[in-house]
Amino acid sequence: MKRSEKDTSTDGGSVAPQQSLFETTADVERSRAERYRALIDEYVFAPGRIIWKDWRARIGITITTLFVLIGTVGVELVDRPYAGAGPELVGPFDSAYMTVIFGIPFWEYPLGTDSLGRGVFAQIVHATPAMLEMMFAGAIFSIVLSVVWGLLSGYKGGSVDQVMMAIADIVMTLPALPLVVVLAAILQPTEPWVIGIILVVNRWASFARSLRSEVLKLRHEPYVEASRTIGISTPAIITKDVLPNVMPLIVVNFVSTARNVIMASVGLYFLGLLPNTGFNWGVMMDNAYGQGAIYTKSLFHWFYPPMITIIFLSLGLLLLGQGLDRIFNPRIRARHAEHTRSDDESDAKQDEDVTVPDVQGGI
Amino acid sequence: MVSTRYFVKRTGMAFLTFYAVISFTFAMIRLMPGSPVDRLRAQLASAGQDPSAVARQVELYASINPEQPLWQQYVDYITSVATGDLGTSTWYNEPVAQILGNAMPWTIFISIVSIILIYLIGITTGAFMAYAEGSRFDVSWSGTSILLTSVPFYVVAVVLLWLLGYNLSLFPTSGHYGSGIEEGFNPQFIWSVIGHGALPIASLVIAGFGIVALQMRGNAIQVLGEDYLRVAQLRALPQRRIALRYVARNAFLPMYTSLMISLGTLFGSSIILEYIFQYPGVGYFMYQSISARDYPLMMGTFLFITAGVIVGVYIADLTYGFIDPRAGGGDREAF
Repeated sequence: MKRSEKDTSTDGGSVAPQQSLFETTADVERSRAERYRALIDEYVFAPGRIIWKDWRARIGITITTLFVLIGTVGVELVDRPYAGAGPELVGPFDSAYMTVIFGIPFWEYPLGTDSLGRGVFAQIVHATPAMLEMMFAGAIFSIVLSVVWGLLSGYKGGSVDQVMMAIADIVMTLPALPLVVVLAAILQPTEPWVIGIILVVNRWASFARSLRSEVLKLRHEPYVEASRTIGISTPAIITKDVLPNVMPLIVVNFVSTARNVIMASVGLYFLGLLPNTGFNWGVMMDNAYGQGAIYTKSLFHWFYPPMITIIFLSLGLLLLGQGLDRIFNPRIRARHAEHTRSDDESDAKQDEDVTVPDVQGGI
Repeated sequence: MVSTRYFVKRTGMAFLTFYAVISFTFAMIRLMPGSPVDRLRAQLASAGQDPSAVARQVELYASINPEQPLWQQYVDYITSVATGDLGTSTWYNEPVAQILGNAMPWTIFISIVSIILIYLIGITTGAFMAYAEGSRFDVSWSGTSILLTSVPFYVVAVVLLWLLGYNLSLFPTSGHYGSGIEEGFNPQFIWSVIGHGALPIASLVIAGFGIVALQMRGNAIQVLGEDYLRVAQLRALPQRRIALRYVARNAFLPMYTSLMISLGTLFGSSIILEYIFQYPGVGYFMYQSISARDYPLMMGTFLFITAGVIVGVYIADLTYGFIDPRAGGGDREAF
């Protein structure tokens, strides 16, 4: 934060001898606009610049932005596919079907059509908004719950902590996929955001645990103890002193939860275990698979594009998560300040508490 | 080492968890909107039986008698589950416990073999990547690991099934072992079991080892920069001892718990895997039960898998003390 030249009181320069520490007021009044500019610079531009320097984050942001654009602008540009819209099972990039967009000839069905004559590409595009909704709903739900749980139990300690952690342990033990499948079978959710929440129904618990262990380190920091001593309320300490310190972890976990929601939802739609509502990459795969796409060459263009789409999005989110981790991780950030050359030694150096490898690919 | 107090506490916690899970399944069966018991009752009643006969049937299938007061249903359910009675499958018309008991060993086989391979391959590549940090080997394998990690295992499974199963016909595409082979301890049977398990295991391993390798690499690099390693080198300890006792052990420790937890998650993910490979394990029956709306089997499978995970995590927690002497918590003051 930039201070004006006159303000030297903080380095002990010009405090009048009689002036008590508690009566001192700032010599320089900063205008509201100045304050906001400083805040934006500190929290938006500075991290943004650092993030953009990392190739992982750069690719991750590009891919994620691309999907958001597809889900918002793309659905407006591409017509909603319907059964019988075109001939059945047109191959990809078939030049027999051409259309003209802005004077440029273009394939009418860039990735071909399925057995009902619906364009594969158009289906992929029109499946995106629901996927994004699912992703955000799941990630936000899981983050909010785990932040409340982790910070409160880590900070409070005692029997509150014990009870909260016992509950978290039980929830964590429930196997995610079977739980989701059973809940989906009983509740039959159709709204994307409800599905998103069901998919993370027990994922919050493990992150709450890692947040707690982070808070355990923070609760004895001098500035937190100082706040406690002068009688600041617990909610205020948690939100003002503790939360900002774990914010980086939260951002990284948000991205990885979003990735898990996508992988899990497509997997379950592929199995037909979630009620079929509109277009979805998993449903496309399920339909193609059901017609024998895995041994029929003429169906490949229907089966593999949704698969590649998921891998692409998942890779984007993974790289974004890794890039953010690298930037936010305090140990690594310190190194950024020391020498800016691309230091390989800090690669993939993840916090052991935070990243539990999920071997089965997000489910 | 594990103190008695910790042991007692941890065992109590395991039982509490199991009890909570049974209660939770009861709530799902009984209290959730559109509860399975109501549907089961509607199904049976539509056959035109009188209400008390329907109630008896429901009790046979779901271990819950909807005619009784709620607390009585709850107590009955808990006792029957605790004694191993999970009800009767409406689809197969066999006791759920028996169906799952037969399916269990196959799922355990797939999960255990894949977890061993995932960690073996992941740790070895991760350690080599860390050792040869910055080299072409490191860069290419880090890239491969990131790429493989972003591929869902079901995608790997489908591709393997298409390529090696159907196209090249190298591996069988369904079942646990070849038809007409006598079950028992003979080479032909064992070979067939391995052949049928190879593709499911391979898909889990290919999609799973990358993240372990990346984590091992990160941990090992961190350990390589620690002071105690310099001290060990200055003390002129044998290279082998440094590599195994100092680097490998300290890099692996943080991952031990996640190993056990991922055993549980692998177990759970068998639904998708066993569906794709038509491999009749626990997950396969869960899939079948959902397609057939066979709620007793569905709930039984859920309980079964959860019990497996609870045991896995319990073992992890108890053995962690043997591996990492630093583990073990102190009491904290409460604010």
